[in-house]
Amino acid sequence: MASQEVETATEDSFEKIFGDKAKELVSRLENNDVAGAVGLIEDLQKVRDQNLYQEIGRLTRALHESIKNFKLDSNIQGAGSEIDEAHEGLNYVVNMTAKAANKTMDMVDAALPVSKSISIEAADIKQDWNRFLNKELGAADFRDLTKRISVFLDHTEVNTNKLNSNLNEILLAQDFQDLTGQVIQRITTMVTDVESRLVNLVAMAGHVDQMTGIKHKQADAEIIDDNPLKGVGPQINAEDKEDVASDQVDVDDLLSSLGF
Amino acid sequence: MDKNMKILVVDDFSTMRRIIKNLLRDLGFTNTQEADDGVTALPMLQNGDFDFLVTDWNMPGMTGIELLKHVREDERLKTLPVLMVTAEAKRDQIVAAAQAGVNGYVIKPFTAAVLKEKIEKIFERVDG
Repeated sequence: MASQEVETATEDSFEKIFGDKAKELVSRLENNDVAGAVGLIEDLQKVRDQNLYQEIGRLTRALHESIKNFKLDSNIQGAGSEIDEAHEGLNYVVNMTAKAANKTMDMVDAALPVSKSISIEAADIKQDWNRFLNKELGAADFRDLTKRISVFLDHTEVNTNKLNSNLNEILLAQDFQDLTGQVIQRITTMVTDVESRLVNLVAMAGHVDQMTGIKHKQADAEIIDDNPLKGVGPQINAEDKEDVASDQVDVDDLLSSLGF
Repeated sequence: MDKNMKILVVDDFSTMRRIIKNLLRDLGFTNTQEADDGVTALPMLQNGDFDFLVTDWNMPGMTGIELLKHVREDERLKTLPVLMVTAEAKRDQIVAAAQAGVNGYVIKPFTAAVLKEKIEKIFERVDG
């Protein structure tokens, strides 16, 4: 970023001017030039003030830019801000995944009785077929069996077509992965972008702090709600975390160590 | 184990409720009802002679761990077997659930076999 380079340059020169003036101050005091030294202290004050104003100005501009980029401006709030877009995107992901899951379960629910009926009918016919192979079947029963086999073949054709179509629908329902993946990638890019802009703002605010000698309480930033009774949802990279059970075996081990 | 026992499935996601109900049906349990969080589940439990509770942890309103605590504090419900089926996997949480009196703990994503095993284990202990 161009503004970053300018900043570094002014910071250097600010520190350089400070150092030069300080050296001069010492040499004037050594030469008993008190009036000159006082003048120099005033100069130092001015350099600091000027730089401070510049930094605050730059920070204000950057904040303004960021707000514009976030599109959080009050005029267009609720319509098209990046945060709104992320919010909508994530809602879309929730809806798409729910739809796909329901579609898949609908298809499975519809397919289960079909495959079950094929299995029952086949088992039924197999019994008589075995009797026929063992030459235990009379002529009348055999005629009955051939009719049943013929019906079974018709059923099987219809039923397997149904199963094929359900399996295809299940396959198609997986298209959510592509669509939600794209939305999530866009949001990830946006979050990274917002983060880098915030880091820039923090760096600029850091210069102001440096010049004014403001120190922030560290504790403020570290208030984390770690009440374990509040659910936190799935753990990402559970294997890498010591305080997390990475799988059911881990959970079972932990519970059995507690006497379960 | 009585296959006709009355089971309450509590999860804020309808797809997860459906998956659990389908798995239970596969295991032969068809007498199931649903609730979407602890606030809806608790009065159902208090008024509905349920035999088994399967609950998620992270839910709006009342969480599963709070529901578990309410169940254990209720004179009529305190012996109800409770299976936690949740994505919560922190050791502190599992210990907290055990201390609150959970009968089984399954972490998501889970398999039909794990669910079956945990349910059987719970009722072995309850019946035995």
